[in-house]
Amino acid sequence: MSKFRKNGKKGMPAISTASLPDIVFMLLFFFMVTTVMRETTLFVSIITPKATEIKKLQKKSLVSYIYIGPPIKRMQSSYGTAARIQLNDAFASVDEIQEFIASEQEARDEKEIPYMTTSIKADETVKMGIITDVKQELRKANSLKINYSTRKGAY
Amino acid sequence: MASNRRGLPEINAGSMADIAFLLLIFFLVTTTMDQDTGIARKLPPMPEEEQEKPPEIKAKNIYVVLINSNNQLLVEGEWTEISQLKDGAKKFINNNGSDPASSDSPQKAIISLQNDRGTEYMTYIRVQNELAAAYNELRNDASLNKFGERYTDLNKTQQKEIRKMYPQKISEAEPKNIGGNE
Repeated sequence: MSKFRKNGKKGMPAISTASLPDIVFMLLFFFMVTTVMRETTLFVSIITPKATEIKKLQKKSLVSYIYIGPPIKRMQSSYGTAARIQLNDAFASVDEIQEFIASEQEARDEKEIPYMTTSIKADETVKMGIITDVKQELRKANSLKINYSTRKGAY
Repeated sequence: MASNRRGLPEINAGSMADIAFLLLIFFLVTTTMDQDTGIARKLPPMPEEEQEKPPEIKAKNIYVVLINSNNQLLVEGEWTEISQLKDGAKKFINNNGSDPASSDSPQKAIISLQNDRGTEYMTYIRVQNELAAAYNELRNDASLNKFGERYTDLNKTQQKEIRKMYPQKISEAEPKNIGGNE
């Protein structure tokens, strides 16, 4: 029973998989850092319009989103099919936007407030009336940088 | 060496990879790499109580774009297709006084946009997109002429200079409610 005979033939040693966890962990950390979790569940169905002259939204942490669109199928029995505004996780009326912007500004550092952007994610079938109301409220809340969320593509 | 003693066997780390893979797959699935894109605009601040009279602007320096509730366009009093809007706007901005009925210079040219409350959002974005495209193309041409590079490849000060040549002046009037049905 010598210790050395157990390995049998010499020649091709098995490749060590000991470093496999390290590689996987490396990938894991990469994805953990880059992940942005979906923080809101959408109650409105949104297909954003297409545009070509688009810019990327920088600094996601400084962006607040306003969703506008018809309620999703599941919600249509209780909320109808008319376009509605969604802030965070609930439907909202137009008057609640000022409050929403104020709370968003409060959550950020004071220095960052001028760089805050409001992204309007609206369905392409929505009428301009509701968008105009939202824009008026944003003006009142003094949150002037906006971004109309669009897809890339031409008509 | 402690591990050589019979009492304390080493913990098998073979399944570590499996655990890590599980987590890795979870994060792979939940990751959203796509970045949000859109058309950036700046809203005008709310008018103050005692406002000075706004400076008078010659009518010929204003390019009036109206959209009605049927998503039709009226540009400078003429019915127009959206596809023609970009060229019309470019011609107006870059007129430099050659046509006496059009703008004096790109710095003075203002595009006035007014829509109805019943206008579809898609049409509004298309119009905004065409107007932005008109300005972008003019800026691009100017930067190719002046610096021999595309506008997006210029550095900050050069971009500023081009922006000064072609300031993007799009004024949005309060929408009308002629269509009635919001």
